Amino acid sequence: MNNDWELVIGLEVHAQLKTESKLFSSSPNQFGSDPNSNVNFIDAGMPGMLPVMNSGCIEKAIKTGFALNFQINPYSVFERKNYFYADLPQGYQISQFEYPILTEGFVEIETENEIKKIRLERAHLEQDAGKSIHDIDPKYSFIDLNRVGTPLLEIVSYPDFNSADEVINYLTLLRQVLMYIDVCDGNMQEGSLRADVNLSVKRPNADLGTRCEIKNMNSFKFIRLAIEYESKRQIQVLESGGKIDQNTLLFDTSTGKTRPMRSKEFAHDYRYFPDPDLLPVHISNTQIDAIKTTIGELPQQKLVRYTNEFKLEKDVAKIIISEKEYAEFFENLILSNSIKPKLVASWLVGDIFSFIKDKDLEIKDISDKSLKIIELLELIEKGTISSKVAKGILVDVLENNKEPALLVKELGLEQVSDNDELEKFVDEALVGEEENIKKFQSGSDRVLGYFVGKCLKATKGKGNPKVINDLLIKKLK
Amino acid sequence: MPTIKEIKNQLSNKNISVQELYYDYYDKAKKSKLNSFNHLLDPEYNKENINSSQIRYDEGKDLSLDGIPLGIKDLFCTKGVPTTASSKILEKFIPEYESYVTQNLLNDGSLFLGKNNCDEFAMGSSNETSFFGPVINPWKNKNNTDSQLVPGGSSGGSASAVAEGICVASIGTDTGGSIRQPASLCGVVGLKPTFGSCSRWGVVAFASSLDQAGPITNSVEDAAYLLSSISSHDPKDSTCSNHERDNFIESIGKSFDRRITIGIPSDYLKDINSDIAEQIENTKKHLSKLNVNIVDVEFTTTNFALSTYYILAPAEASSNLARYDGIRYGYRGEGNTLEEIYVNSRSEGFGEEVIRRILIGTYVLSAGYYDAYYRKAQKVRRLIKNDFQRIYNEVDFILTPTTPNEAFQIGKKLDPISMYMNDIFTVPTSLAGLPAISLPSGLSKNGLPLGIQLIGNYFQEKSLLQMASLLEKEFCFNE
Repeated sequence: MNNDWELVIGLEVHAQLKTESKLFSSSPNQFGSDPNSNVNFIDAGMPGMLPVMNSGCIEKAIKTGFALNFQINPYSVFERKNYFYADLPQGYQISQFEYPILTEGFVEIETENEIKKIRLERAHLEQDAGKSIHDIDPKYSFIDLNRVGTPLLEIVSYPDFNSADEVINYLTLLRQVLMYIDVCDGNMQEGSLRADVNLSVKRPNADLGTRCEIKNMNSFKFIRLAIEYESKRQIQVLESGGKIDQNTLLFDTSTGKTRPMRSKEFAHDYRYFPDPDLLPVHISNTQIDAIKTTIGELPQQKLVRYTNEFKLEKDVAKIIISEKEYAEFFENLILSNSIKPKLVASWLVGDIFSFIKDKDLEIKDISDKSLKIIELLELIEKGTISSKVAKGILVDVLENNKEPALLVKELGLEQVSDNDELEKFVDEALVGEEENIKKFQSGSDRVLGYFVGKCLKATKGKGNPKVINDLLIKKLK
Repeated sequence: MPTIKEIKNQLSNKNISVQELYYDYYDKAKKSKLNSFNHLLDPEYNKENINSSQIRYDEGKDLSLDGIPLGIKDLFCTKGVPTTASSKILEKFIPEYESYVTQNLLNDGSLFLGKNNCDEFAMGSSNETSFFGPVINPWKNKNNTDSQLVPGGSSGGSASAVAEGICVASIGTDTGGSIRQPASLCGVVGLKPTFGSCSRWGVVAFASSLDQAGPITNSVEDAAYLLSSISSHDPKDSTCSNHERDNFIESIGKSFDRRITIGIPSDYLKDINSDIAEQIENTKKHLSKLNVNIVDVEFTTTNFALSTYYILAPAEASSNLARYDGIRYGYRGEGNTLEEIYVNSRSEGFGEEVIRRILIGTYVLSAGYYDAYYRKAQKVRRLIKNDFQRIYNEVDFILTPTTPNEAFQIGKKLDPISMYMNDIFTVPTSLAGLPAISLPSGLSKNGLPLGIQLIGNYFQEKSLLQMASLLEKEFCFNE
C-alpha cells in the first residue's frame, strides 16, 4: 500500500442465526431445500398474517453479546424498514433501528506487532429477504422465498480497521466465535456470514475521506481483493485531482473490480417505524444470567489455557482452537489423563490432520475413533512402541478400525528395550566399521546417529532408540 | 328482531329447524336491495354445518351460537370463501386459512351467511369507498323518504344487514369508530372491545395498533353472546392479551351491587347539534332513574385526537398495504418492468380513499417529517391514554354521543375532512385502546336513529355490557 495514504474501514457483518425456525414464523430455517418449500403464509405476506417473535433468536443475540463484550439492552424494539422488492413479500423488512438489542462492544485482534481493539457500535436482529434469480430466463425473473424471514444478526463495527489483513483477522475471529457459541454455522458459501465493507482513504492526520460501501460479500478472498481494488481506485481518483462520490458498490468477482449499483437499488427512504404487530423486547437480568451459563469457553480463552496449562506451542494451539470440533476432539483425547497434552496436540495437528486431509474427511468422521487413538498414544507413552511404528499403523487404526494393542502384537511391533537382546544388534552393527569407530572416538557425534540408525534398521524399527544409544556409547568408549 | 337467546329457544323447542332458519335468512339476504353483502354463502355450501348443528340441537348438546346465521365483515379471512376487503386489489382473493375470530365463531356452532360489504380496507365512515358500491341504510329520513342514506362505515354492510334483519348479527372491525359509528347510524348495538381482546390473526390489517374485531347486534345480550365467543388469547397475535375465554352473558340485565358513577365530558358536548344534545339529556334522565351518579368531567386532549389518528392510522396503513403489490396474489396491472407492475397494480387496484391514506402515511413517515408527525402523534397518543386514566380515577364509565350527526345522504359528503369528522367521538377511545359500546338511544327530528357511546376502562367489557343492558331496557328502543 502506498505509504502516503491511510485506509479507514468499517464493517457490517450479517450472520444468519442457527435456529430451527425463522425469526417471526415457524417455517424451517434451512439452506438447500427446494425453492419455495420453506414458506408459510406469514413468509409469503398473505393478508392478515402476523409475525410472532422466535425467542431462540433473542437468546442467540444475547450469547453473541457476551462473546463480543456488548452491552445487552433490557429494552429493544423491532421496526419496519419499508421498501418494495419482489423478494420482499411484506413490503417491509422487520429490523431493529432506534433501539437495537446490543450496543457498544469490542473484540481484540492480532496484528503484525500488536493486539488491536476493534470497537463494535451495535448489533441488531432482522429478517433476511428472499432471493431473486435473474439468470435462468432472458425474460422472467424467478423468486425463491425460502430465505424470507431467516434470522440475521447484523454486527456493525466502528471504522477501526486500517488494512485488509485486519479485516480478515477480525472476520476470522468473528466467524470462529459465532460458531463456538453455536449462533451461526459460519458457512460462507451458503451465505451464512456476509459482510458490507465501508471504505475511505485519507492522508495521515487528515480528516476522514468520503466513503464507499461495498455490499454483500461472502468470501474472505473476495473481501480482500475488493478492499485492495477499491482503495487503489480511490487513491488514484484523489491523486489525479478528482473526488470520491459516496456510493454503494458491488464487487464483480469476474472482473475483480467494484462498480456502482444501479441507483434504484439503494436510493430508498426506508420510513422506519416501530412494528405495531410486535411488542418491544424486554430482557430481564435473570434471563441474561441463565443464558450466560450456556456460553462455554471461547476460543481466545482456550488459547490462553492451552498455552499456559498444557504448554502447547502457540501455533499448534491456534490450529486446534481454529474450529470448535478440533478443540472438542483434542479435549476429549486428553480426558483420560494418561497422555501428555503436548504429545496429543502434535499428533493431532500432524498425522491425524494429514490423514483426514488425505482421505477428504472431517474431524467428526473419526470422532468414534478417539478411544483407539488414546490407546495408540498410550503405547508410545509407555514405551511399548516407537513413534515411528505408531505412525506406521495409524492409518490401519483409523481406517480399518483395528485395535492398536492387538495390531502391535499381531505384527510383532513391540519396542525392544531389553539390553541383552539389543546388544546383539549393536555388536553386529559395529562389525567392519573400524573407520567410523575411530571417527567417533576422535569426537564426531554425527557418527553416533549413524550407528543408532543402522541398529534401528536392523531391529525393523522396534528397538528402543534410547537403550540403543546408551549401549553404543558404552561399547565405543 | 329476535335475539340469539330467543332463536336458540325456537331451535331447541323444534319450532323451526336449523335449515329452515338458515334458508329464511338466506332468502331475505338474497332479496335485499341494500348491497350489504359482497358474497352470500349458498345453503348447499353450509349443508354440513347445518346438519351437524341440527344434530346437536336434537341431542340437546347445542353450542353457544349453534345454528345462528351471522354476517362477517369482508375483512376477515374465511377459508375457501372470497375475502376482498371490498377492494379491487383483492377482488378474486380466496384465503387458505380461517381468521382466529371467525374460527372461534365456527367452533361455537354459528353459520356464516356471507361476507358483509364495508369501506375499502375499512377506510371510510359511510361505506361509500367500497369497490362493490355503497351500502344503503334501511332507515329513511321521514322528511325526505326518496333519498338513500349511508349506513356509516366502515362496517356499514354489517350494521345495515343487522338493522334490516337479514342476519342475526355480524362481526365487524373498529379502527377509529368503524363498528360504533355505523351501529349508531343504523340503530343497532356495536361493541369495540379493548385492544388486545380479540386476535387480529387473519384479519386484513388497516392500522395494526388500532384494529379490533367486535360484534354488531340487535341487542346488548347478543353482543355479549358474540364477545364470549371471539374474545380469547391467541398466541399467533403478539398484541393479543393473555386471557381466558369469559362468559359475558351472565351479568346482562343484572343490577349493580354498588352505585355506579358515569362521567360526561363537557368538552365533547361543545358545538353539538340539538338532536345529539337531546340524546345526552335523555340518557341522563334514564341514568338518574337507575340511581347512577352522574359527574361532569373534562378532557384536555380531545381536540388533538382526530389529527393524531389521521397521522398514526395512515402511517400504519401505508406499510400494512405494501404487501398488495400484484406479485403473489390479487389484482395485477400490466407492465414491462417490476416497477410498472407495482405502479399499475396499485394505482388500478386501490380506490381513491385508500390511495389518499397511503400517501398521507408515506408522507408522515418520510425522512425529515417523522419527528414532526409520527413521533409527535405517538406522544400525543400517550397523553390521550393518560387523560382517560385520570378520569377513570373518578368514574366507572364515560358517556358521550357516538356520532356528531344522523345518517346522511349517499354521495353528499364529498370532502375528506368533513367525512373524517364523523369519527370525532369514537377516535379518542380507539387511540386509548379502551372498550366502548354504541347503543341506540332514540330518534332524531327526521326520525333517524342516534346512539350514545358508553366507554369502559381496559378489559371492563363485562360491567360495560351490564351497564349497557340496563340502559337498553330504559331506552326501549326496539319497541
